[in-house]
Amino acid sequence: MGTIVIGDAAAVKSAVQDLFDSYMDCLDDERFEEWPPFFTENGIYKIVARENVERDLPLATWSCLSRGMMQDRVVAIRNASVFSPRYMRHVAGGVRIFSEAGGVYSTGSSFSVFETSQDEMSKVFIVGKYRAKVVFTEEGPRFQELLVIYDTSLIPGLLVFPV
Amino acid sequence: MIRTERPETSSLAYTWPEEGVSRIPYWVYMDPEVYEREQRRIFQGPTWNYAGLEAEIPNPGDFKSTFVGDCPVVIVRSKDGALRGFVNRCAHRGSAVCRSRYGNAKDFTCIYHQWRYDLAGKLVAVPFRRGVPEGDGRVGGMPDDFQLNEHNLQSLKVESVNGVVFVSFDLAMVPVRAYLGPLMTSYFERVFDGRPLRLLGRMSQRVRSNWKLMMENIKDPYHASLLHVFLVSFGLFRADQKSKVEMDESGGHAVLVSRKGEQKHSGGTAEIANLKADYVLHDPSLLDRRKEFPDENTVVMQTIFPALIVQQQTNTLALRQIVTRGPDQFDLIWDFFGYGDDDEQMAGYRLKQANLMGPSGLVSIDDTEALEVCQKSFVESADRSAFVELGGHGWENVNHMVTESAIRAMYRCYRDFMQI
Repeated sequence: MGTIVIGDAAAVKSAVQDLFDSYMDCLDDERFEEWPPFFTENGIYKIVARENVERDLPLATWSCLSRGMMQDRVVAIRNASVFSPRYMRHVAGGVRIFSEAGGVYSTGSSFSVFETSQDEMSKVFIVGKYRAKVVFTEEGPRFQELLVIYDTSLIPGLLVFPV
Repeated sequence: MIRTERPETSSLAYTWPEEGVSRIPYWVYMDPEVYEREQRRIFQGPTWNYAGLEAEIPNPGDFKSTFVGDCPVVIVRSKDGALRGFVNRCAHRGSAVCRSRYGNAKDFTCIYHQWRYDLAGKLVAVPFRRGVPEGDGRVGGMPDDFQLNEHNLQSLKVESVNGVVFVSFDLAMVPVRAYLGPLMTSYFERVFDGRPLRLLGRMSQRVRSNWKLMMENIKDPYHASLLHVFLVSFGLFRADQKSKVEMDESGGHAVLVSRKGEQKHSGGTAEIANLKADYVLHDPSLLDRRKEFPDENTVVMQTIFPALIVQQQTNTLALRQIVTRGPDQFDLIWDFFGYGDDDEQMAGYRLKQANLMGPSGLVSIDDTEALEVCQKSFVESADRSAFVELGGHGWENVNHMVTESAIRAMYRCYRDFMQI
């Protein structure tokens, strides 16, 4: 799968924005089976506490080092994990393109996720920033790596769904 | 474990059910007066509480702030290299003298009136102690009989066991190993054998249930075989595996020990509705592991009274610290660690298997859900009780998983501490 370099900065930004928007829509709609295909075959996905990043500690709260691991998470959500129903809603800031090297675009945005559980008010669940390496494949833009770096010091209850 | 006979003068609105520890009345999870008594008699009483790893504070001045129960405390390495601990509360007006979770400090100065303490918690400076000059004399300031050394930070007893730092409010506390007793010490030293430790990182979550439900969860092998589809299906922990439940003499500390089995049905799995024998992983590398302890045990979960869990699930190692936040919620802080001499492959296993644990753990999600569901349902049922008779009424050690013996043992210890 070759990578494509796009000369037009505005076109890149628009395509990456679309990638993030589609990604968050997919999660909010709980179409989790469509989540791994947002990544390249060897894509990496991690949810990491900001404190660990700042202290240079390697632990991720959630880490998928392959698309297979992402699929296993989806199977767990559907068939294994026990949790009460909840809705998640992502709200993100605009994307930024930081740099490009060899067709790999370093991008990012801030995000917040609201959680709505049964019989409860909606509440802020987690906030932080995305840091993503995006490549353009023949199928469109894909995440080669997506780091979800969260500020939230205490996860409220359980983190079941991808962010 | 040493328990002291300390009479209690206050009284509670409730009495324990006459059946004893095979019942757990729901008021112990909800009543604010019970919670207050727990802070006083347990967390600030004759117990050892986990505060951090020595590896986090290797150099003089390195500190970590944390909590015992819900009381803020600080551990620090002082100039002479010794570990110190104190309550994070200025002797003047009570504000926190340390406002970061970790870092390095020369001293601790209260922001409010700049009272300054050295790394041992000793008060060394008070601004305007002698007042200000006016005319030929001075006005204001502390009285003549004010002594700096009468206003140090409240110090804690501190002990490190092979790199794991414990603190106690009881300055006459017996050493940690005596507190654990010989059997529990041997399990503790199985993981903490003196090799340098390396903190891999931290996960933290707030759970909306009473803190004791978390401890019970780790003393309860019954649920592990039934609730956790993931564990059960991959044979990581199951009722039909070689296993045991052991306690110390007081019952406060316990271990659940298990050996990994196969992913298949057996006589013992017929009742496990959740076993999915055909469950396959797209990326089975999650289950890659390496034997690293001399015995054949693949899971050893140790609970140390009152509120510490030592987790060894395959190669993922963590200390889970419970910070109480009132009767109906607690913070669970997961300190994942490895050893200083881990090679890259082993470090990789530990980090990958961390997916099983924490707020998004493939296993521990189920537990958090169960705890919160319990707490929600207790409301308006303070006078009713949980029924805990699996394996009988006693608290003896057993060589199987079909028992609630360790829960009963914990409440035997708890009732003694609490005088209820």
